[in-house]
Amino acid sequence: MEQENAYWQTNIRLILTCLVIWFVVSFGCGILFVEQLNEFRLGGYKLGFWFAQQGSIYTFVGLVFWYAVQMNKLDKKHNVEEE
Amino acid sequence: MTELKLYTYIAVFGSFTLYFAIAWFARAKTTSDFYAAGGGITPLQNGMAIGADWMSAASFLSMAGLIAFLGYGGSVFLMGWTGGFVLLATLLAPYMRKHGKFTVPEFIADRYDSKTARVVAIVCLIVASVTYIIGQMKGVGVAFSRFLEVDYDLGLGIGMVVVWVYAVLGGMKGITYTQIAQYCVLIFAYTIPAVFISLQLTGNPIPQLGLGSTLADGSGVYLLDKIDMVVTDLGFNQYTTDNMGGTLNMFAYTLSLMIGTAGLPHVIMRFFTVPTVKAARASAGYALVFIALLYTVAPAVGAMARFNLINTIEPSAGQQLEYEKRPQWFKDWEGTGLLKFEDKNGDGKINYVADPVKNEMVKVDRDIMVLANPAIANLPNWVIALVAAGGLAAALSTAAGLLLAISSAISHDLMKGILTPNMTEKAELKAGRIVMTISIIIAGYLGLNPPGFAAGTVALAFGLAGSSLFPALMMGIFSKKINGTAAVSGMCAGLGITMLYVFQHKGIMFIPGTSFLGGMEENWFFGISPNAFGSVGALVNFTVAFVVTKVTGDAPLHIQQLVENLRYPRGAGAAADH
Repeated sequence: MEQENAYWQTNIRLILTCLVIWFVVSFGCGILFVEQLNEFRLGGYKLGFWFAQQGSIYTFVGLVFWYAVQMNKLDKKHNVEEE
Repeated sequence: MTELKLYTYIAVFGSFTLYFAIAWFARAKTTSDFYAAGGGITPLQNGMAIGADWMSAASFLSMAGLIAFLGYGGSVFLMGWTGGFVLLATLLAPYMRKHGKFTVPEFIADRYDSKTARVVAIVCLIVASVTYIIGQMKGVGVAFSRFLEVDYDLGLGIGMVVVWVYAVLGGMKGITYTQIAQYCVLIFAYTIPAVFISLQLTGNPIPQLGLGSTLADGSGVYLLDKIDMVVTDLGFNQYTTDNMGGTLNMFAYTLSLMIGTAGLPHVIMRFFTVPTVKAARASAGYALVFIALLYTVAPAVGAMARFNLINTIEPSAGQQLEYEKRPQWFKDWEGTGLLKFEDKNGDGKINYVADPVKNEMVKVDRDIMVLANPAIANLPNWVIALVAAGGLAAALSTAAGLLLAISSAISHDLMKGILTPNMTEKAELKAGRIVMTISIIIAGYLGLNPPGFAAGTVALAFGLAGSSLFPALMMGIFSKKINGTAAVSGMCAGLGITMLYVFQHKGIMFIPGTSFLGGMEENWFFGISPNAFGSVGALVNFTVAFVVTKVTGDAPLHIQQLVENLRYPRGAGAAADH
């Protein structure tokens, strides 16, 4: 039981990590702080605008794969993966 | 017959033949085939199918047009419709796959040990899916009427027959393999014109990079800076900073679309088709890659379409196009009534400005931008034909997924689960097919006679799914304590307050004149637009469920054990019946 509890706690920590990054790139960089970031540029893109229309989406893709890989490792470590 | 029409017939009917052939080879033989494709789909296949399932006529036809005219404000759709997959992948999909049932209401029924909860979930599912499907049917009708110059009604009829054949015959299995083909058709159709246009304007063939590049005319000016300059010269808001209804509204709107995405049953259902929890996690990743391919190209399509449109009408500052010299695509779209010119000052030239008094482009429908884009950029006819086939693929694939969600809610959840539990598998399969046929007829009828609220429908579906189903599912997994009464109260409160808010500003059932607070912005709660209210509804849902649990007590022990079991992947068999 304790072993399983540790599994779930780690999972929650991974999810929270994902959601913090998810929030920062979209709501943070793309909406709340867009004006401040627009002072900087990435080629022809204003940086805030880039996060809103490009950067956040790339980050989402990375997050979902990262979470899948971490969870597969965690399943193995705690011996709860599918047979 | 013109060359364009010939190509279009080949592209459209060629792709239809392909879908039929696939449906025949992958036809469903068992309820497991019909609802969950036999549980044997690989993550990569499922990712592609989710991509097609998810990207509807709204993504394919409308989104780039919205971005073209909203500029930065259009970002809410880009972030909202992709960010939801992060929520789906981390909060819902793996656990619902572990539970291993066919439908969303079934999961809710098991977790909350309540038939009432199941019925409420069925109602939420049907309301959200039916509002969504009307938009798809309209998309089919518009694409047909514009490209094949058949009647809108006839086009919609053809679309209904096509979906009927492969969805009823193939069930989830047929739909899955057809959706894979449809994804390929729609992504080619979307990116090829974008690559050509990006190459023309910036010399860079990758649209995502082209949008951040300098113009190919040798001026050394960045494309986005040029667009900002051109639109502000005409009196419009600056493209890259044009905020949609304020920061709070953009925030709430994006959040609504995200949780709506995660709560839409026809997307969640697709995660029941893979064999393992591991495969469910991976298919969310693949799905998002396939979706991101279109979603990162869309801002380039939108910006470049806006630029080309203005450049056609006003090739250089102060030099307006003479109406008599307007290009062929202009005349074609005038014929549909979606583009309108009115020579207000009588000089025979087209004056396109922000000021509504002086503006002579009295109507530029946003939905035509993607379809008109290849013609505006003078691309060859076969590219235009491809876009027609792509638009139809996007609309049909989503319609099929929605129909399956609706028919499974009725035949599996309502009939087998509640009304006639002794039904044999064979009878259930037959019932599923009959219900789907009836749903197609109803969807077609609503597409022909859009009940006044067609315009707001797709956005509303997100608000409804996000405020009702998403919180119930999430709490069901992450809290062991929330009980059935709490879930039912939460769903009703979330759905109720969202519908009330939408109705009070847009009219009861969207009938004009029945809105009691008016559509006026000054009456909006903290300036949040009705389409963005789903996030507030979800918050209400969470709060009500929490409070009711505090009052009525924690869920019983066997339910707590069920939740505990959900959280560990071991022991997940293929999705199966009780």
